[in-house]
Amino acid sequence: MFRLTSAAIDDPALRRALVNSRAGACVTFEGWVRDRNEGQPVLALEYEAYAPLAEKEGARILAEAREKFALVGAAAVHRVGHLQLGEMAVWVGVTAEHRGAAFEACRYIIDEAKARVPIWKKEHYASGATAWINCATRGDHASGGAPAPS
Amino acid sequence: MIQLDVQYFAILREQRGLSAEKIATGAATPGALYDELRGRHGFTLTSDRVRAAVNDEFVAADAPLRDGDRIVFIPPVAGG
Repeated sequence: MFRLTSAAIDDPALRRALVNSRAGACVTFEGWVRDRNEGQPVLALEYEAYAPLAEKEGARILAEAREKFALVGAAAVHRVGHLQLGEMAVWVGVTAEHRGAAFEACRYIIDEAKARVPIWKKEHYASGATAWINCATRGDHASGGAPAPS
Repeated sequence: MIQLDVQYFAILREQRGLSAEKIATGAATPGALYDELRGRHGFTLTSDRVRAAVNDEFVAADAPLRDGDRIVFIPPVAGG
Protein backbone atom coordinates (compact mmCIF):
# COMPACT_ATOMS: atom_id res chain seq x y z
CA MET A 1 0.00 0.00 0.00
CA PHE A 2 1.41 3.35 -1.08
CA ARG A 3 -0.72 6.32 -0.11
CA LEU A 4 -0.61 10.10 -0.25
CA THR A 5 -2.03 12.15 2.60
CA SER A 6 -2.56 15.83 3.27
CA ALA A 7 -2.90 15.15 7.02
CA ALA A 8 -0.12 14.38 9.48
CA ILE A 9 1.22 10.85 9.00
CA ASP A 10 -0.15 8.54 11.71
CA ASP A 11 2.94 6.37 12.01
CA PRO A 12 1.81 4.40 15.10
CA ALA A 13 -1.29 3.25 13.19
CA LEU A 14 0.80 2.36 10.14
CA ARG A 15 3.17 0.36 12.28
CA ARG A 16 0.31 -1.49 14.01
CA ALA A 17 -1.09 -2.43 10.59
CA LEU A 18 2.18 -4.25 9.81
CA VAL A 19 2.09 -6.41 12.93
CA ASN A 20 2.27 -10.07 11.91
CA SER A 21 3.36 -13.11 13.92
CA ARG A 22 5.42 -14.37 10.96
CA ALA A 23 7.64 -11.27 11.07
CA GLY A 24 10.82 -11.25 13.13
CA ALA A 25 12.00 -7.83 11.94
CA CYS A 26 10.42 -4.47 11.29
CA VAL A 27 12.39 -1.61 9.75
CA THR A 28 10.83 1.82 9.33
CA PHE A 29 12.16 4.98 7.72
CA GLU A 30 10.90 8.49 8.43
CA GLY A 31 11.84 11.46 6.26
CA TRP A 32 11.59 14.74 8.20
CA VAL A 33 11.53 18.35 7.09
CA ARG A 34 15.03 19.68 7.76
CA ASP A 35 15.91 23.30 8.54
CA ARG A 36 18.50 23.69 5.81
CA ASN A 37 19.44 22.44 2.36
CA GLU A 38 22.75 23.13 0.62
CA GLY A 39 23.57 25.66 3.34
CA GLN A 40 20.37 27.66 2.89
CA PRO A 41 18.04 28.03 5.90
CA VAL A 42 14.69 26.43 5.03
CA LEU A 43 11.49 27.72 6.68
CA ALA A 44 8.90 25.34 5.23
CA LEU A 45 8.25 22.86 2.47
CA GLU A 46 5.50 22.23 0.02
CA TYR A 47 4.92 18.84 -1.63
CA GLU A 48 2.78 18.44 -4.72
CA ALA A 49 1.88 15.10 -6.30
CA TYR A 50 0.34 13.83 -9.50
CA ALA A 51 -1.79 11.60 -7.34
CA PRO A 52 -3.11 8.85 -9.65
CA LEU A 53 0.31 8.08 -11.11
CA ALA A 54 2.16 8.62 -7.81
CA GLU A 55 0.02 5.98 -6.12
CA LYS A 56 0.39 3.59 -9.06
CA GLU A 57 4.17 4.00 -9.26
CA GLY A 58 4.45 3.72 -5.47
CA ALA A 59 2.46 0.47 -5.55
CA ARG A 60 4.76 -0.85 -8.28
CA ILE A 61 7.82 -0.09 -6.12
CA LEU A 62 6.30 -1.94 -3.17
CA ALA A 63 5.54 -4.92 -5.44
CA GLU A 64 9.12 -4.90 -6.72
CA ALA A 65 10.42 -4.89 -3.14
CA ARG A 66 8.24 -7.93 -2.37
CA GLU A 67 9.70 -9.72 -5.39
CA LYS A 68 13.32 -8.86 -4.60
CA PHE A 69 13.32 -9.45 -0.86
CA ALA A 70 11.73 -12.03 1.43
CA LEU A 71 9.14 -9.73 3.02
CA VAL A 72 6.11 -10.24 5.18
CA GLY A 73 4.68 -6.75 4.70
CA ALA A 74 5.48 -3.34 3.21
CA ALA A 75 3.76 0.03 3.23
CA ALA A 76 4.60 3.66 2.52
CA VAL A 77 2.88 7.02 2.95
CA HIS A 78 3.94 10.42 1.60
CA ARG A 79 2.63 13.80 2.70
CA VAL A 80 1.43 16.46 0.28
CA GLY A 81 0.72 20.14 0.92
CA HIS A 82 2.51 22.57 3.23
CA LEU A 83 4.80 21.10 5.92
CA GLN A 84 6.57 22.78 8.79
CA LEU A 85 10.08 22.05 10.05
CA GLY A 86 10.31 18.72 11.85
CA GLU A 87 7.15 17.27 10.33
CA MET A 88 7.25 13.82 8.79
CA ALA A 89 7.22 13.98 5.00
CA VAL A 90 7.43 10.28 4.27
CA TRP A 91 7.11 7.00 6.15
CA VAL A 92 8.19 3.56 4.93
CA GLY A 93 7.64 0.38 6.93
CA VAL A 94 8.77 -3.13 6.07
CA THR A 95 8.49 -6.44 7.90
CA ALA A 96 10.34 -9.68 7.19
CA GLU A 97 11.30 -12.89 8.91
CA HIS A 98 14.86 -11.60 9.26
CA ARG A 99 16.44 -8.17 9.57
CA GLY A 100 18.61 -8.31 6.41
CA ALA A 101 15.69 -8.35 4.01
CA ALA A 102 13.85 -5.72 6.06
CA PHE A 103 16.76 -3.25 6.02
CA GLU A 104 17.45 -3.75 2.32
CA ALA A 105 13.82 -3.52 1.26
CA CYS A 106 13.24 -0.36 3.29
CA ARG A 107 16.25 1.26 1.62
CA TYR A 108 15.09 0.10 -1.81
CA ILE A 109 11.60 1.51 -1.36
CA ILE A 110 12.66 4.99 -0.20
CA ASP A 111 15.42 5.25 -2.84
CA GLU A 112 13.12 4.21 -5.69
CA ALA A 113 10.29 6.40 -4.43
CA LYS A 114 12.54 9.46 -4.39
CA ALA A 115 13.73 8.72 -7.93
CA ARG A 116 10.49 7.67 -9.62
CA VAL A 117 7.28 8.75 -7.91
CA PRO A 118 5.83 11.97 -9.37
CA ILE A 119 6.03 14.11 -6.23
CA TRP A 120 7.67 17.53 -6.21
CA LYS A 121 9.13 19.56 -3.39
CA LYS A 122 9.24 23.33 -3.15
CA GLU A 123 11.48 24.83 -0.49
CA HIS A 124 10.71 28.18 1.11
CA TYR A 125 13.89 29.86 2.33
CA ALA A 126 14.50 32.39 5.07
CA SER A 127 15.60 34.82 2.35
CA GLY A 128 12.08 34.78 0.91
CA ALA A 129 13.20 32.83 -2.15
CA THR A 130 11.62 29.53 -3.15
CA ALA A 131 12.83 26.68 -5.34
CA TRP A 132 11.44 23.49 -6.86
CA ILE A 133 14.10 20.95 -5.94
CA ASN A 134 15.90 19.23 -8.83
CA CYS A 135 14.27 21.60 -11.34
CA ALA A 136 16.98 24.25 -11.50
CA THR A 137 18.29 25.22 -14.92
CA ARG A 138 21.36 27.18 -15.90
CA GLY A 139 21.08 30.69 -14.52
CA ASP A 140 18.64 29.54 -11.85
CA HIS A 141 20.82 28.83 -8.84
CA ALA A 142 18.16 28.87 -6.14
CA SER A 143 18.30 25.14 -5.57
CA GLY A 144 21.49 24.31 -7.42
CA GLY A 145 19.82 21.13 -8.68
CA ALA A 146 20.70 19.58 -5.34
CA PRO A 147 19.52 16.12 -4.42
CA ALA A 148 16.48 16.17 -2.19
CA PRO A 149 17.04 15.96 1.57
CA SER A 150 16.01 13.03 3.77
CA MET B 1 -5.36 18.51 -35.27
CA ILE B 2 -6.30 16.61 -32.12
CA GLN B 3 -7.83 17.85 -28.86
CA LEU B 4 -5.95 17.07 -25.65
CA ASP B 5 -6.37 17.74 -21.94
CA VAL B 6 -3.06 18.96 -20.52
CA GLN B 7 -2.42 19.00 -16.77
CA TYR B 8 0.47 20.91 -15.18
CA PHE B 9 2.20 20.29 -11.87
CA ALA B 10 4.86 22.01 -9.78
CA ILE B 11 7.26 24.24 -11.72
CA LEU B 12 5.33 23.77 -14.98
CA ARG B 13 2.04 24.74 -13.29
CA GLU B 14 3.64 27.91 -11.98
CA GLN B 15 5.30 28.80 -15.27
CA ARG B 16 2.08 28.15 -17.22
CA GLY B 17 -0.03 29.96 -14.60
CA LEU B 18 -2.74 27.29 -14.55
CA SER B 19 -3.26 23.63 -13.63
CA ALA B 20 -5.06 22.33 -16.70
CA GLU B 21 -6.21 23.35 -20.15
CA LYS B 22 -7.69 21.92 -23.31
CA ILE B 23 -5.59 22.41 -26.38
CA ALA B 24 -5.76 21.66 -30.09
CA THR B 25 -2.43 20.59 -31.53
CA GLY B 26 -0.79 19.14 -34.57
CA ALA B 27 1.87 17.50 -32.39
CA ALA B 28 1.89 13.74 -32.85
CA THR B 29 3.99 12.82 -29.79
CA PRO B 30 4.53 14.03 -26.20
CA GLY B 31 8.04 15.21 -27.14
CA ALA B 32 6.75 17.36 -29.99
CA LEU B 33 3.94 18.72 -27.83
CA TYR B 34 6.32 19.65 -25.02
CA ASP B 35 8.54 21.55 -27.42
CA GLU B 36 5.49 23.36 -28.80
CA LEU B 37 4.27 24.32 -25.31
CA ARG B 38 7.75 25.27 -24.17
CA GLY B 39 8.08 27.63 -27.13
CA ARG B 40 4.72 29.20 -26.30
CA HIS B 41 5.05 29.46 -22.50
CA GLY B 42 8.78 29.72 -21.88
CA PHE B 43 9.16 26.61 -19.69
CA THR B 44 12.72 26.58 -18.35
CA LEU B 45 13.09 22.77 -18.33
CA THR B 46 14.33 21.28 -21.58
CA SER B 47 12.48 18.29 -23.00
CA ASP B 48 15.23 15.85 -21.98
CA ARG B 49 14.49 16.62 -18.30
CA VAL B 50 10.74 16.05 -18.53
CA ARG B 51 8.88 12.73 -18.68
CA ALA B 52 5.40 12.30 -20.06
CA ALA B 53 2.34 10.44 -18.86
CA VAL B 54 -0.78 9.78 -20.93
CA ASN B 55 -4.01 8.77 -19.21
CA ASP B 56 -2.13 8.25 -15.93
CA GLU B 57 0.62 5.99 -17.29
CA PHE B 58 4.23 6.81 -18.18
CA VAL B 59 4.86 6.89 -21.94
CA ALA B 60 7.91 7.43 -24.14
CA ALA B 61 8.53 10.86 -25.64
CA ASP B 62 7.80 9.42 -29.09
CA ALA B 63 4.59 7.57 -28.16
CA PRO B 64 1.58 8.39 -30.34
CA LEU B 65 -0.98 10.91 -29.07
CA ARG B 66 -4.68 10.34 -29.73
CA ASP B 67 -7.64 12.66 -29.73
CA GLY B 68 -9.03 13.03 -26.20
CA ASP B 69 -5.86 11.91 -24.40
CA ARG B 70 -5.05 13.43 -21.02
CA ILE B 71 -1.36 14.30 -20.91
CA VAL B 72 0.89 15.31 -18.02
CA PHE B 73 4.50 16.45 -18.30
CA ILE B 74 6.56 15.38 -15.30
CA PRO B 75 9.43 17.61 -14.16
CA PRO B 76 12.32 16.02 -12.23
CA VAL B 77 10.75 14.49 -9.11
CA ALA B 78 11.81 15.19 -5.52
CA GLY B 79 9.78 13.19 -3.05
CA GLY B 80 11.08 12.06 0.31
